[in-house]
Amino acid sequence: MKWSEFFVTGEPLIYAADVAIVLTMVGIVFVLTYFKKWKWLWNEWLTTVDHKKIGVMYIICAVLMLFRGGVDALLMRAQLTAPNMKFLDAQHYNEIFTTHGTIMILFMAMPFIIGLMNIVVPLQIGARDVAFPYLNALSFWLFFFGALLFNISFVIGGSPDAGWTAYFPLAGNEFSHGVGNNYYAVALQISGIGTLMTGINFLVTILKMRAPGMTLMRMPMFTWTILITCVLIIFAFPVLTVALALMTFDRLFDTQFFTMANGGMSMLWANLFWIWGHPEVYIVILPAFGIFSEVVSTFAGKRLFGYKAMVGSIVGIAFLSFIVWVHHFFTMGAGPAVNSAFSITTMAIAIPTGVKIFNWLFTLRKGKIRFTTAMLWSLAFIPNFVIGGVTGVMLAMAAADYQYHNSYFLIAHFHYVLIAGTVFACFAGLHYWYPKMFGHILNERLGKWTFWLFMIGFNICFFPMYFLGLMGMTRRMYTYSDGLGWTPLNVVATVGAVLMGIGFIVLCYNIYYSARYGERDMTGDPWNGRTLEWATASPPVHYNFPVTPVVEDLDAYWVMKKKYGGFHVKEEDLKPIHMPSNSGRPFWMSVAFFVAGFGLVFKWFALAIVGALFIVLGLILRSFEDDDGYYIPVDEIKRMERAARKGA
Amino acid sequence: MKRARWRAVLVLPFLFLLGGCVERTAVLNPQGPVARMQYDLIMWSVGFMLFIIVVVFTLFAVFLIRYREKPENAGYEPPDEEGNTLLEVVWTAIPILIVAALAVPTVKATFALEKPPTEKVKPITIHVTAANWKWIFSYPEENIETVNYVHIPAGVPVKFKLTSVGPMNSFWVPELGGQKYAMDGMETELILQADKPGSYMGRSANFSGEKFAHMEFEVVAQTGTDFRKWVNEVKQTAPKLDEKKYTQILKPGIVGRMTFSNTHLEWIDHAKQNSHHGNDHSMKNENQSDEAMTESHHHGE
Repeated sequence: MKWSEFFVTGEPLIYAADVAIVLTMVGIVFVLTYFKKWKWLWNEWLTTVDHKKIGVMYIICAVLMLFRGGVDALLMRAQLTAPNMKFLDAQHYNEIFTTHGTIMILFMAMPFIIGLMNIVVPLQIGARDVAFPYLNALSFWLFFFGALLFNISFVIGGSPDAGWTAYFPLAGNEFSHGVGNNYYAVALQISGIGTLMTGINFLVTILKMRAPGMTLMRMPMFTWTILITCVLIIFAFPVLTVALALMTFDRLFDTQFFTMANGGMSMLWANLFWIWGHPEVYIVILPAFGIFSEVVSTFAGKRLFGYKAMVGSIVGIAFLSFIVWVHHFFTMGAGPAVNSAFSITTMAIAIPTGVKIFNWLFTLRKGKIRFTTAMLWSLAFIPNFVIGGVTGVMLAMAAADYQYHNSYFLIAHFHYVLIAGTVFACFAGLHYWYPKMFGHILNERLGKWTFWLFMIGFNICFFPMYFLGLMGMTRRMYTYSDGLGWTPLNVVATVGAVLMGIGFIVLCYNIYYSARYGERDMTGDPWNGRTLEWATASPPVHYNFPVTPVVEDLDAYWVMKKKYGGFHVKEEDLKPIHMPSNSGRPFWMSVAFFVAGFGLVFKWFALAIVGALFIVLGLILRSFEDDDGYYIPVDEIKRMERAARKGA
Repeated sequence: MKRARWRAVLVLPFLFLLGGCVERTAVLNPQGPVARMQYDLIMWSVGFMLFIIVVVFTLFAVFLIRYREKPENAGYEPPDEEGNTLLEVVWTAIPILIVAALAVPTVKATFALEKPPTEKVKPITIHVTAANWKWIFSYPEENIETVNYVHIPAGVPVKFKLTSVGPMNSFWVPELGGQKYAMDGMETELILQADKPGSYMGRSANFSGEKFAHMEFEVVAQTGTDFRKWVNEVKQTAPKLDEKKYTQILKPGIVGRMTFSNTHLEWIDHAKQNSHHGNDHSMKNENQSDEAMTESHHHGE
């Protein structure tokens, strides 16, 4: 392989990115060395098994990926603003929409949600960490190095270019020769393993580690949604694992699972992909529902309306999510009976979702609504998501779907549900739990600027796309000709995208501004919260709770505040706390995964084998490890509690 | 059509939302019975969807205004209500009814679309082959072939038999009706019909690689006599297609319009080419399509 094939060449944009990447790396190394922070980085972050720190790292990655995916989106909008634009060529555009989709779903939405659940779920159930803290660190680092592997493709070797759905035979060797789709197969596999382990980890955590008194029907709604999400992950991700493994064999070893020749069946890929892919969209939307439930209930000052119906709805949605995947390809010609059946199951999802919408609305009724930034995101979710939802029902109608399929109508629909659902929830959750993560509040004024810019921009960007779709514009077109009448709406959409970009910049500035000047949260409960995470200090001491809280009802902390004026700990009740030890192994094992993955991408099998040997070595070392963690003595707990509660 | 007018009234605000900058094109401009059936279904659903939007938005606005925190209600303590069974039954039942009202016509239409819209006229059959990045139309009965454009008789159901000799594409002529995939080694059938003579834009709706955006074609609907005339003219004037020329056409790239006085079905039908159709390895020119797709245009991002 020549160097000119190894490094991507020929595009000024890419050279600029090369320079930016090198400068950033030099800058990071310089700062860490200058401030003597290498040891801190290793001890406090790279080897940590603390769910809160792992959650923070997930969220940092997610925000970076939101930037990357957002830049991809802006490049696409720039190219589509006017007909026959020459800003990006076809190949470059195809790579960008592929990485945009893959990154936004798998490396932005997923880690954002997983980051929030890492931080919040153990706190909400009154636990000190997750069930398997070591595994949790491994999950994160696998995600991290999977994402890194995927992201370097655009400067090393070339990006995947067959769409985030990677449909065969296009994504196979017959039509995609470069290493781009190898990156797709291998990088998603590595981070997917991490996600699967997260699913198992949190399922066990929620089922086994709840505080005494917290029955299933007293769990906070966010924890409920995570529990169900974990079930979805456990059932859906193995399908992706298998599909990606078959894809890898097809691409690296010339097997013929999905190819045109020798009995391959490209429809098999589409089915496997969506058997994972549809539950996947619920994996990112159910936790969003959970976040909205928490925020709406807190800022309406009311218990969640129809809690039982809410739980029933998420279970119903989760079940239905596995029996609707064919609606992604009604147009494959499966026949009217099959299409009708999947039409009805798909439309049926609107029923539990509708129930949830009305329950949120009636949580607001008779409440005392405080319009904080977190609440604004949650409120805006309702009307925007309803637009996405009703157009989803329209898409579910097979006979009509033949006219919407793959058009911008579809693009508008899924951005309305994924942005107004998942992204709004991530922002709501970020603002809501930010004091819990860092001990200070994100500036509300800047937060509201972000909200209005982003939310209005979002509507300006995506609402016209419904009409572009009805006017015949299909997704993934890198350009269109003049005279189709599509230009005005495309210009409008680009304006909206720019507004969203500005909103994102304000958010980043807010993070910086609030770190320096933001209001410190001394109480641990800045929003008058209802659930147990607000019973801890902000940020919580690493063991979370000095003594395990006892839960008497739903909204456990609210009840404590009403009955006892808060969560009080008597020093004589303290006992030594058992905590897990840090470990560097999840980190270097994931590096080994990265090395092995990189070797596979380029078919450098010697390198892949070296990486694999280190993975096995890590597994062996872990198997013979004899580390049961350590105990924090009572005196130490007393000292830490006094330090943490100084301000209260 | 009283009901149709009632529906149109409901739909108007939806269409005016963008201040009239949407022309009636494509899906909103049905020019045949298939597209019209889908248009009617779409408008039927839009009515219900608008109803849902109005209800939710109204409740949303009322609750936000009435129950916001204000100085007058500083001492107000929201009640701790668990829910309301009656209300919850209501807002479960109404969506069920709406889904039912949508499901019945959907299922009816989904079945109806698989059959010709009229039984009075004998349908004609056109084989459609998608290749990187062009559309090839073969008329087995007339024994002619065209590339990137297709003539059809108006008022006659047309059975398009779709296949592909490469990546999956989707055959879509929005003004005549919805789309269906064209896939390698497969044959899918899409029935369309034009009301009257005219020209309709068609394109691929499924991403198939670098120049996919250029996979456009024109559907020319003509009166029966004009169509016959055109067929005869093609038969007399157009050149013959041979295997060599055909292999050239299949090579990845863009070609203009072409017309031939025979079809490639004489020597190959890509719909029957893959070995999962009974392992038929004796197929003539089996490797042809493989040769045609040797080139790659991957030059990196």
